[in-house]
Amino acid sequence: MNFEEYSGVWVFIEENEGNIAQVSLELLGAGRRLADKRGVDLCGVIIGNGVTLLSETVFEYGADVVYVYDQEIFTHYRTESFMKALLHCSEKYKPEIILYGATSTGKDLASAVATDLPTGLTADTTELDVEEDTGLLLASRPAFGGNIMATILCKKYRPQMATVRPKVMKALSPEPGRTGKLVEETIDVKEEDIRTKVLEIVKSTTKKVRIDEADIVVAGGKGLGNADGFQLIHQLAQALGGAVGASRDVVEAGWVEHPHQVGQTGVTVTPKIYFAIGISGAIQHLVGMKNSGLIIAINKDPDAAIFEASHYGIVGDAFEIVPLLIQEFSKAFAEEEVDHVREV
Amino acid sequence: MLHIVACIKQVPDTKIIKMNPKTNTMDRASAPAILNPYDAHAVEEAVRIKNRYGGTVSVLTMGPPPAVKAIKKCIEIGADEGYMISDRKFAGADTLATSYALTKAIDKIAKIQPVDLIICGKMTIDGDTGQVGPGIARRLDIPPLTSVKKVEEVNKDQGYVVVHRKIEDGHEVIQSSLPCLMSVEKEINEVPYSSFPNMLNAARYQPVIWSVDDLEDIDIKQLGLKGSPTIVAKVWAPPKPEGGTMFEGNPKEQVEQLLSVVLEKKELFHTKGGSE
Repeated sequence: MNFEEYSGVWVFIEENEGNIAQVSLELLGAGRRLADKRGVDLCGVIIGNGVTLLSETVFEYGADVVYVYDQEIFTHYRTESFMKALLHCSEKYKPEIILYGATSTGKDLASAVATDLPTGLTADTTELDVEEDTGLLLASRPAFGGNIMATILCKKYRPQMATVRPKVMKALSPEPGRTGKLVEETIDVKEEDIRTKVLEIVKSTTKKVRIDEADIVVAGGKGLGNADGFQLIHQLAQALGGAVGASRDVVEAGWVEHPHQVGQTGVTVTPKIYFAIGISGAIQHLVGMKNSGLIIAINKDPDAAIFEASHYGIVGDAFEIVPLLIQEFSKAFAEEEVDHVREV
Repeated sequence: MLHIVACIKQVPDTKIIKMNPKTNTMDRASAPAILNPYDAHAVEEAVRIKNRYGGTVSVLTMGPPPAVKAIKKCIEIGADEGYMISDRKFAGADTLATSYALTKAIDKIAKIQPVDLIICGKMTIDGDTGQVGPGIARRLDIPPLTSVKKVEEVNKDQGYVVVHRKIEDGHEVIQSSLPCLMSVEKEINEVPYSSFPNMLNAARYQPVIWSVDDLEDIDIKQLGLKGSPTIVAKVWAPPKPEGGTMFEGNPKEQVEQLLSVVLEKKELFHTKGGSE
């Protein structure tokens, strides 16, 4: 394999009903940094139906080149059709790095592409860097249930690939009018070559738990004792108008549903205020909330790792502290000029 | 008759695993080995499909000899047959090398009875990648269906399945030709307690064990560490973040201090009488 033929940092741009997924914009920000360090182009790859115009946004968020596959066969995401387009593009233009959002689509596509190329793929990366001279991608992620961090390399194959968690990287501020080179491509794929069909897309009708969009998240852990104890979290969240978060073991114990889980196998959150109550603070959890604005921990154990990841901490019994907090906040809302926390 | 192969793995229980703070390595002995929890759902789903449509459920794993225990657990859940590939030459495999080895074993199982459907758990709790399932599908050139949360229909006669695949804000209903591979979410089912007859079966059961030499047309260079494009270059404890301010005093005093800090962040709150 001649590594010199491979150049450029690529981001797979995920599109849904005409909108670019936020994680793709975040990856353009991360990709820009890597491309600059290497002195190479940052490229976006858009696959879909009626998506060519989206390239403008991709340029504004930092791309130098955009490859577009705009064909009816790409109306819905399907592994086989999208994989064929990306393999076609990758074989033709030979990127050194391809980044994907660690979403259901991104992970599915990246796994298939990696097998066919073949090349190495690092999943759920939370830190990315590149060696300036060698172009070696340093993809780091929590491993073993979040007990340690591991840096994963792919030394002998190109392109190097990684999926990256949403909300971990930062998008650049868009630069209106910024433009680049648009490359329109097509591939010859027939419907009968694709062995899956999307019969229906069903949007979730139940009230969505979008803890990733909340300004305040009140999260609870096993320290609350049981499902009844966890009600304290709901009460404080309600008093503050915040969303309820939880650690993995709480979700596994069935005290609260999976959409509330904060961490590597749950949701990454970036609220303005994050309360961690009765949460010990495994790395797995920390990677999911460490970019929060103000982190406040309450835990009985003064040695809990969560305190080291927090801006403020209280060592104490949640059952004593939280009711006081609810009482004091309610009083403050009544007396002060503040009314209530912003609805999320 | 449907033949379903569930791919499973024995993993250390990462919730219990302890770290050696001096060497920053894992004390694997501290963690009990268990059947990967997501794989239990895969096997359970395979058994449910078998109960609905008839057929056979085989489980397949790659691992060291003690992984036989994980296969026995699957027999308890209701699987019929167990296959294990076990050889030092498989050691150190990443997801690409793992999917290669498992595919070669599936080829051999398919010679005993053709395979219609392969089911995997969403991911393993030690690797956390979810890449082995789709990798097997690509190598066998069958459609991969990831994030499956419901199996609506399996129609072997007409050669298709209909499944619900979880996406970010809902799910999509997908029809795929058979054979195919699906990796399943935890919410797809509940794994019940094992029945007594199944436990008896499992206790007596001895899986078929193959070494590298038992697999056909195998390229040794694609196995184990040698066949793995990714390498773990560094394992490290994440840098300890700067610990912040700890409040002091009795609970009431601490809460008051906290409140004064939080209420300073006025931009978070509506101003009274103000509008959204």
